[in-house]
Amino acid sequence: MGKRNWLEIVAGLVVPGVVIAIWHWVTVKGLVHKSVLPTPLAVLERWREYVLPAHPFSEQGGVWWRWAVSGELVGDALGSLYRVAAGFLAGAGLALPLGLAMGANRAVHAWCNPLVQVLRPVPPIAYTPLAILWFGLGDKPAVFLIALGAFFPVLMNTIAGVRQVDAIYLRAARNLGAGRLTMFLRVILPAAVPYILAGARVGVGTAFIVVIVSEMIAVNNGLGYRILEAREYMWPDKIIAGMVTIGVLGLTIDMLMNRLNNYLLRWHGGAEH
Amino acid sequence: MDDIHIRITGVNKMFASGGRDLVALRDIGLEIPRGQFICLLGPSGCGKSTLLNAVAGFAPPSSGTITADGKPVTGPSPQRGMVFQEYALFPWMTVEQNIGFGLQIRGVARAEIARRVGELLELLSLADFRHRYPKVLSGGMRQRVAIARVLALDSPIMLMDEPFGALDALTRRNLQDELLRIWAELKKTVLFVTHSIEEAVYLADRVIVMTYRPGTVKRDMMVELTRPRDPSAPAFNALKRELGQLVMEE
Repeated sequence: MGKRNWLEIVAGLVVPGVVIAIWHWVTVKGLVHKSVLPTPLAVLERWREYVLPAHPFSEQGGVWWRWAVSGELVGDALGSLYRVAAGFLAGAGLALPLGLAMGANRAVHAWCNPLVQVLRPVPPIAYTPLAILWFGLGDKPAVFLIALGAFFPVLMNTIAGVRQVDAIYLRAARNLGAGRLTMFLRVILPAAVPYILAGARVGVGTAFIVVIVSEMIAVNNGLGYRILEAREYMWPDKIIAGMVTIGVLGLTIDMLMNRLNNYLLRWHGGAEH
Repeated sequence: MDDIHIRITGVNKMFASGGRDLVALRDIGLEIPRGQFICLLGPSGCGKSTLLNAVAGFAPPSSGTITADGKPVTGPSPQRGMVFQEYALFPWMTVEQNIGFGLQIRGVARAEIARRVGELLELLSLADFRHRYPKVLSGGMRQRVAIARVLALDSPIMLMDEPFGALDALTRRNLQDELLRIWAELKKTVLFVTHSIEEAVYLADRVIVMTYRPGTVKRDMMVELTRPRDPSAPAFNALKRELGQLVMEE
């Protein structure tokens, strides 16, 4: 890492540092009551409690790693991640084939597009009452809402991706003797991958928003549930600790998606053709 | 000439443009013998690419017939390999995969594909780049890959649509020389579109000068200069001047 990179990292830490310092100062001076805004140290302490297991390790309790991940935060994070993964896979898994069909075939597009266009602007959260009516409480309605949130970004991008394929590739492939199936699998699909991945990234982002909201409504664990619960106990330190966790987790997911993107698109970029 | 490879008879091509019919090609007739290197020369918009696309089978003529090896052209075919000005390499495939793609489609065995691709990589000095993606290659390198991709098909006819138009002068001359070397070795029939008079005189056995809108054959001329040709020779320049005047009139 060069000197420049270090400087950039240091520069990036300045603003958060100042914000935390001001936060600390206002709370310690008592300008804001600690039941409204706790001190940063109180949040950190609460976060530590939230991460660590509730009881000290004992031999009777079983293997050590089970104990190590028995903290409340770990359970909540895994619960939220599970819902995101299940909902995203369901939503994207349905959107991808439909998007490919709609992008590649005019008739399918003509049949499906009006319904898609009407449903697309409805925010997933607006389906909450229906989701609870249909699926009751628990993971099912949450996964349903998350799937909806992931469905449309992936669908729209897949359609666009298939439609934007440069005609020159189609010509070249036809000239080389490609039939319809080869054309689709070896030319149209890979050419659409950059769009599809961009859609998937937006879809994961939406899924992550929807999971927090749906946990506030339908389930009794997960990060979204936990910060709502903390409000009921009037624990602002825990609310903020939960929010920080949500932020870190969201950032990690986005970074991993970016990594995957860069790997799958290692051929992409620079001049076209 | 008895062995006519490509026969173009009475070809017309009309485009609808703003409610009016634009005549792109009018009454084109050409007989191209096997193994000939023929250049279509003319200003932009004279329909030379339209004619090439018709021979390739991408866009059929409005009337008239085109046959290759006596059989009418009805669509694109690996028998008539095309090299595009924009390279048209598949960016998601490596150099090797691009070259082997046509063989793979045809169901050629993997070992045979590897052997053929290996030969072509050698022939076009691409061996060091076999695992690279097109994005890291220069324009000249990309066009080598595109040529190798068409050669892999072993098509008897090569169609080239201003293939060196986007290259710098030095790269262009190198690729011209390589193309001539390959042509002499593999004895293909080459139909080459260009707007460069010098390029036409340097490469072609025969130059077809086309008129501007509607595109017709203005002059059909054999280039009798011995190969390898010297662009600084008086005879070369005299021919260049003569063709230049024909093109300028358009």
